[in-house]
Amino acid sequence: MSLSSRHLLGLYGVPREDIQLILDTATTFREVLERPIKKVPTLQGKTIVNLFYENSTRTRISFELAQKRLSADTINFSTSSSSTKKGETFKDTVRNIEAMKVDMIVVRHQSAGVPQYLTKISKANIINAGDGLHEHPTQGLLDMYSIREKLGRLEGLKVCIVGDVSHSRVALSNIFGLKSMGAKVSVCGPATMIPTGIESLGIKVYHNINEAIEKHDVLNVLRIQLERNAGVKIPSLREYHQYFGITTERIEKYNKDILILHPGPINRGVELSSEVADGPYQVILDQVTNGVAIRMAVLYLLGTMHN
Amino acid sequence: MDIKAKIIDEEGFTRTITRLAHEILEKNKGSKNIVLIGMRTRGVFIAERIRNKIREIEKFEPSFGILDVTLYRDDFRTRLKQPEVSVTDITFDVNEKDIILIDDVLYTGRTVRAALDAVMDLGRPNTIQLCVLVDRGHRELPVKADFVGKNIPTSINEEVRVRLVEVDGEDAVYLVNAPNKN
Repeated sequence: MSLSSRHLLGLYGVPREDIQLILDTATTFREVLERPIKKVPTLQGKTIVNLFYENSTRTRISFELAQKRLSADTINFSTSSSSTKKGETFKDTVRNIEAMKVDMIVVRHQSAGVPQYLTKISKANIINAGDGLHEHPTQGLLDMYSIREKLGRLEGLKVCIVGDVSHSRVALSNIFGLKSMGAKVSVCGPATMIPTGIESLGIKVYHNINEAIEKHDVLNVLRIQLERNAGVKIPSLREYHQYFGITTERIEKYNKDILILHPGPINRGVELSSEVADGPYQVILDQVTNGVAIRMAVLYLLGTMHN
Repeated sequence: MDIKAKIIDEEGFTRTITRLAHEILEKNKGSKNIVLIGMRTRGVFIAERIRNKIREIEKFEPSFGILDVTLYRDDFRTRLKQPEVSVTDITFDVNEKDIILIDDVLYTGRTVRAALDAVMDLGRPNTIQLCVLVDRGHRELPVKADFVGKNIPTSINEEVRVRLVEVDGEDAVYLVNAPNKN
């Protein structure tokens, strides 16, 4: 079994068998992460560049750890310490890196479509680690893995994505991935944060958080992204919390069986109350652990593929 | 399957397993320190049968684990098909144990090399002993089995097929002509 594409640019249009293969392969790596020596020699001799044009802690560390645990050689590139500051164009930077013979590029960029563009100017396998407001496929995969790990399946589950959907690449990757795995996806948030026409993707829209909690098996709660100007869409963070924040009271009143996911970093007291963020309904830190396993699976499947 | 000969039949199979179990116990002086590790896929079922036999003979059941060596293979660059990985399931501590590594066919020795690396990543066993159902020769690495069900001299144009009730519906070992690789 191999993946049908040699890049991972997004989950849109990725066949169900591919997602299934990545999730199943991640189970193997989950076991590797529990060993005393958390390292296997599988990608020995492969060189991977992490090209990060946008800030990230979790995703970058997670990718780097995944690469090291597969014994690949890794190079980290971030804009703050590079020649981009000296005016080098993106294409020139990539061509220079490629001239040093790299096998894979993991890219995060503020503009949507950059990973796609990279596939045209580079021979390496490209993995999207988040591009603009487009997609963040490994996050979508690790969310699905975490749900499957906890609830045993994805097919037929009702999953609601809560928060600033219009500014979220995590939301899009979740929507595409979950739908192709047979889950029912809906979104919930203030009207200003829900993109118009999202129903055309076959998605139900809720504006009442209590109703969303009551009618779903899983809530994937997004972060209110103040750096992406979320402030103009809501009167205040306090008001957002009052109307859309997930609290223990709401969970206990409307659905005690709910599973809460959050891609991090959490704004405590905004989208989640502190009590929920640390409480029994969430799997936030499991998501982080699973993220390493998912990224190992993607790197393994792409890195050992015959081109 | 282009069969040339049936090398072990159902009865011979049971006898071979019984002898291997006895040999393992004899060499380790009935030690309670032995653990069995079966290598995916068919090694696992052979290991299970040896464990059952040991239980019959000694009235004790050694710990049992499953090893998947895919991540340790050395042929990722040359193989045409991407190998499928599955989970290694070894829940006990391997430190200071006498490990009996069990596989169906010993051929080039490369799988065993991968398995040795995989086990070493889990800890420092006291010994690792290799038990195979069939040794067909043609080693490419300095590997030798401690317990061998049957030595079968083969040519490289032949293949040894181990068939087990659990996977294939019968217990038998066949010598077959290798399918044309083109």
